Parts: sequence; C-alpha cells; structure tokens
Amino acid sequence: MELTSEQAERRGRFRALADEQIAPFADQWDQEGAVPCEVIETLAREGLLGATLPAGVGGLDLDALSFGLLCQELGRGSVSLASLLTVHSMCSAAVLRWGTDDQRQTWLPRLAAGETIGAFALSEPGTGSDAKSLTTRATRTADGWTLDGTKRWISFGQVADLLLLFATSDDGVSAFLVEADSPGLEIRPIDGMLGFRASALAELGLDRCRLPADSLLGRSGLGFTWVANHALDLGRYTIAWASAGLSRACLDASLSYASEREQFGVPIKEHQLVRAMLADMWTEAEAAELLCANAGRLRQEGDPDSVVATATAKYFGARAASRAASSAVQIHGANGCSERFPVQRYFRDAKVLEIIEGSTQIQQLLISHSALARQGETS
Amino acid sequence: MSSTLQEEVKQRTRSFLARFLRNAEVQDTDDLFASGLVNSLFAMQLVLFVEKEFGVTVAHEDLDLSNFRSLAAIAAFIEHKKAA
Repeated sequence: MELTSEQAERRGRFRALADEQIAPFADQWDQEGAVPCEVIETLAREGLLGATLPAGVGGLDLDALSFGLLCQELGRGSVSLASLLTVHSMCSAAVLRWGTDDQRQTWLPRLAAGETIGAFALSEPGTGSDAKSLTTRATRTADGWTLDGTKRWISFGQVADLLLLFATSDDGVSAFLVEADSPGLEIRPIDGMLGFRASALAELGLDRCRLPADSLLGRSGLGFTWVANHALDLGRYTIAWASAGLSRACLDASLSYASEREQFGVPIKEHQLVRAMLADMWTEAEAAELLCANAGRLRQEGDPDSVVATATAKYFGARAASRAASSAVQIHGANGCSERFPVQRYFRDAKVLEIIEGSTQIQQLLISHSALARQGETS
Repeated sequence: MSSTLQEEVKQRTRSFLARFLRNAEVQDTDDLFASGLVNSLFAMQLVLFVEKEFGVTVAHEDLDLSNFRSLAAIAAFIEHKKAA
C-alpha cells in the first residue's frame, strides 16, 4: 500500500495512539462495558472526532485513505472504540451532506470538536437488514414532529448527544436529528453482548417524543434512499478498515505467542501447521488492507464504483477478521480462551464485524448484484 | 426543447446506466427507479456519477428523486445547476 509522506506520518501518530493509549486498556474496557470519558476526550483533543469534516468547521479534513488508516489503528486497539468513530462520523457526514445551512452551522463545529457526540439510530427490535420496514412512526404536528417507537442496538447510544434517527412518516422513511435530552426519549443501556462490549450500546424508547420542525434532515420520505444509504456507505468504510486492523492485531498476537510458547521442545512457530495459520492470517490481512485502500482511492475521487468497492472491502475484511481471530485463539490454545489474553476479545468482536453496518449476507447481495449487472465488462 | 448540453448529459448518463441496467434500452423519459433493475444503492451511485462527471454539487435542496428519475430529468437538472 503506497502512502504519501504525510499519510505515513499520520499513520505513525495513529499507531502510537493505539499502542500507548488504547490497546493496553481495551480488555479492561471490554470487561467494564464502557470506554472511559477521558478516552473520548483524548480523541476530541486530537481533533480525531472531526477527522472527516472540513477545516472550515474545525475538522481535520483528512483524505479518505488517512481516515481509513485512523480507523484501522483504532480497530487494532479496540474495535469498540473504533465504532465510536463509525457512528459519530456517520452522523457528522449526514449533516454535512444533507443538512440545511442552519443545521450545519449548529451541529458541525460541535461534532468536529467532539463537544457533541453523534450516533446512528436505524435498527429496531423487529427491523435489521430490512431497514426500509421501520415501525418507529414520525407524525407531523403544528410545530414539528412526534416520534413513537423503539430503536435497538444503538452503538454509543448511552453517551451520544445527537442521534441521527430514522422513522416512517406519511411520505416514507425520514431522517431526524434528535437531541438526547428530547422530551419523550428514554435511553436504556444494553449489556451482556457477545462482542463490542465497550460500545455503550443502548435501546431508545420514543414515547410521543417531541421534535422541532428543523429536526428533519433532508426531505421527508427520502431518509433511507439518500441519508441512511450515504451514512451506511461511510459506516461500511470505517468497519472495513477496523476489520483490517483487527486482523493485524490477531496476527501480531499470534506471531508473538508462537515465538514464545514452546511445545515438543521448540517454539510452536517451528511447527508447520502453526505456520500455515500464520501464513493465511498474513495474506488475508494484506488483502483486506489492499481492498480498503482501493475503496479509499475511489472514494477520494468521488467515483460511483466506490460504493461496491467499499461493500467488497467490508465483506472480505469482516470475514477475514473472523478467520484470523479463530486462528489466533487456536494458536493460543487454552490461553486463547482466557481473559488473560486479548485474542478471546478479538474472537468475540470479529463476529460482530460480520453483522454491523450491513451483514455479510447483505454485502453479498450488493456485490453479486453489481457483478451480474457488469457481466462481460472488462476492467 | 432539449439543448446540446442536455443531449450530451443524456448520452454520457446512458453509458453510465448501462452497467446497472444490464444494457436495457433506456428512453429519455423512462423511470429509472421503476425499472426493477436497480438496488437501494443506485440513487447514491447516480449522485456520485452526476457530481463527478458533470462537476456539480448535489446539495440538500436538490434532494428530490424527481431530479434523477429519468435521463431527461437528469439532463434538465444539470443544465439548471450549470446555469445557476
């Protein structure tokens, strides 16, 4: 993967941040079920919560590849923390792209500075992949909107100040900017999850939740077609890179363990069947990174092919991370099943990567649709 | 009446659509979203194409499917944006 000197310098900084302030504490956060506020404040102080936003609103205005490298390094340290960047960036990008001038002026400087934490609220108890079939209802009132329903599995819903929330109105699915202290909104923590345990998951109860008229983002009825799809595309990009980061973490842990652990009188790295697993992990981590870089290049160019390239990177990356995590636990043996080693967290988190921001099966539908439509094309 | 710019937009957009519509013949006023051949990501891909190919920015006030529903609508939209 070719980087400019500026991108290489940024990656060095992101790596140092992950090595010094994230990875050593990620198991503790996983066990406690939360990322400490101070860590989010650190990301904000570094400007990283405004990574994708323009400098005019206080953002870093990172190019797509640099942003991907940030997601990769956070993912290497803690995919739970990386998912904060995912949902915050999805909310920020939607406001930037589809917000009115007033909405942009109100929210973008705060989102860029991390004074406001954003999140993405699409899923419901009965609605996952079939995301157009939302049962949360948006009703127009004399002075705005009223929302009724339940949202579930909302990453960082416990700490978010601003939720990009989707509900069905008379015109179809519409997008709303909902402040966490809105009357009629109850935020209920969710715990006991398999993975992403530090991602402050929440269920949102909306009982005649009253919103002002200017909370509508984009036009009524076009929230899924434009706003959700645009945000999910960015979300997939971040998860693809975070997956590549998790694959690297699995490989690094396995290389280290296989060099130290001795069985049959030699380090286990000398056993060919262990080497086979290491070779596969290396190869798939490289491939995942290259697919991400390709998606990043196309995104930077504003190329329509970036959409399928991003889905492809997410599809391969998440599955590769699952395979890498499984091999990492296998190489670690009983130790890999213990809380004393991070690979058990990697294993649990990797499975979640195959589900969030479009499941593996949804990516397969998108990719195969494109492949069939472009049948016979040479590229 | 369709201008030269509009004809050019339609021609270039028709080439782009070929990859989504499996080379189906597309008339100027055909509803692209009713064709049954596009998926939920098509609208976003179309916006990216329009922005890159014709050097315009699709802003929130343009967020209307009627601007993108057919080749004729896209051509009229581009001409309007270029004139603005």
